[in-house]
Amino acid sequence: MRMGSPWSGLIGPALLLLLVLAALLAPLLAPGDPLDMVARPLTAPFTDAWFPLGTDQLGRDVWAGLVHGARVSLVVGLAAAAATLGVGILAGTVAGFRGGLVDDGLMRLTEAFQTVPTFLLALALVSVLGASAGNVVLAIAISSWPPAARLVRAEVLRVKTLDYVDAARIAGMAPLAIAFVEVLPGALQPVVALAGITVGEAILVESALAFLGLGDPNLQSWGSMVANGRALIRTAPSLVILPGLCIAMAVLAVSLTGDGLARRLGLGTRS
Amino acid sequence: MSWRRLGRRLLQAVPVLLLVAIGVFVLLELAQGDAVDAYLAGIGGAGDLTLAAELRQRYGLADSLGARFLTYATSLATLDLGWSIAFARPVLDVILERLPKTLLLMGSGILLAALLGIGLGALAALRRGRPTDTVVTTAALVLNATPGFWLGLLLIIVFSVELRWLPLGGFSTLDSRATGLAAVLDTARHLVLPAATLGLTYFALYLRLMRGAMLAAAESGWVTAAKARGLPTRRIVLRHMARPALLPVVTMLGLQSGTMLGGSVVVETVFAIPGLGSLAFEAVSQRDLPLLAGILLAGTVLVVLVNILVDIVYGRLDPRVGDNLGRVAGD
Repeated sequence: MRMGSPWSGLIGPALLLLLVLAALLAPLLAPGDPLDMVARPLTAPFTDAWFPLGTDQLGRDVWAGLVHGARVSLVVGLAAAAATLGVGILAGTVAGFRGGLVDDGLMRLTEAFQTVPTFLLALALVSVLGASAGNVVLAIAISSWPPAARLVRAEVLRVKTLDYVDAARIAGMAPLAIAFVEVLPGALQPVVALAGITVGEAILVESALAFLGLGDPNLQSWGSMVANGRALIRTAPSLVILPGLCIAMAVLAVSLTGDGLARRLGLGTRS
Repeated sequence: MSWRRLGRRLLQAVPVLLLVAIGVFVLLELAQGDAVDAYLAGIGGAGDLTLAAELRQRYGLADSLGARFLTYATSLATLDLGWSIAFARPVLDVILERLPKTLLLMGSGILLAALLGIGLGALAALRRGRPTDTVVTTAALVLNATPGFWLGLLLIIVFSVELRWLPLGGFSTLDSRATGLAAVLDTARHLVLPAATLGLTYFALYLRLMRGAMLAAAESGWVTAAKARGLPTRRIVLRHMARPALLPVVTMLGLQSGTMLGGSVVVETVFAIPGLGSLAFEAVSQRDLPLLAGILLAGTVLVVLVNILVDIVYGRLDPRVGDNLGRVAGD
């Protein structure tokens, strides 16, 4: 989506940089475990210089929760997106390159996975596998790979008819090598456009799972902070507002950055 | 859409549903502990191994993997989704009881998202590059990045806690004995915020599609031709730009129905609506796996049906599809 001024292209990367810095410097910005009780419960924001954003009902520092939450959201989001795209690229390349029965089978499988509501599947997987950061990543990847697979397959089908692929075939390269060394790189470009959206979606799914109590119980994440503040929505709405704002900012940052990157690569309209 | 075409669409869904059934079976197998463990834990007899073995024998849980799948598949084919541990009732009954509320919520959410997307998308396309376009597209982008549960809570803070205009949650007023129109209005009041949450978080995609398709149509030959014929602008916009631009939006509505269903899990939990979504949450928190599996299957069937419905609508919108294809097929 295009926005007016030339500065708009910088909003996404700037926000993303801010979040990455917060995530990297979390131990310096807010030392200690963000789940520890450090002050009087329910300190209002902007009233205590040591706890600028206040504390929750257990006396946990909201600022510490937010910067440490940036780690969880970004790491889980990026890992889940990488796994999602990885599975999608693998399935799409094999299906598109092999064709025939393998293609038919894989496409049926893709269709089946695409028909199951993504979030319901992720929810079911985490609840069966157990709530941990690794399982959340796995659940997101298993439930969200189909769009990437379809996109890559379509590109592979286009690229594999090109002359240089025939040349590789004539040169006697092994089919598997042709698929992954020659065809795949040519088919990857539109995946860049999908990457930003995939990371954003992964962050949203992670936060929704954490909101429902299926996040990693040992990590303070934005979604679980919102869930925790829910009971105090009348008296301390900032406990809900602040972490939610962070989630929206993170998703906006990655999707804007992905969009900008795609446009720079000349893929502007196909996101 | 002809009956034959409808039949073909239903047949196409069979392999997909079969694969999903296999997937759900695998998921159930992955889970630690089976129904017998859950039952024994429930009656406080977890230590009795002979009873456990006997029960497994009787319910076919000691059979081989293949035999167990066959049992599972046959019971699915007869619409037997198993027994809910948490509710102590057949899974299908629990699901059917909750389904209407979710359908109503999803339906209003999809309708709102589509109307917002189509209306604002058309507006943005007609005002391309002007401030209206920028404001509308930016708002859609920001709302699209907003988690549904958070937007729902924000709406509650503003409209229920501060302004006290709308109820905090639920599907109807608890002690209300209203009937007829009053009951409908009561439920509608309860649906405003959850439907708005779904509509606002998901309309960005339709807006983008509508805007893009309108702009593409504006540059098309048929719009130039319509202008050359001196047709009034209103007619050109409605008949020659908006109508073809609706096609991708309608297709996407079907493809997004699963996302909408997933979104309603969270939204129903936020607004305490006793539908399929909050049922999924209850199934997870009470570790009721047969129920969770049943919800997954029901959700999948729902998505398949919505997509068939979308196909029918598509045929109505695009005269090239549907009847013609039916005729080719021999009707």
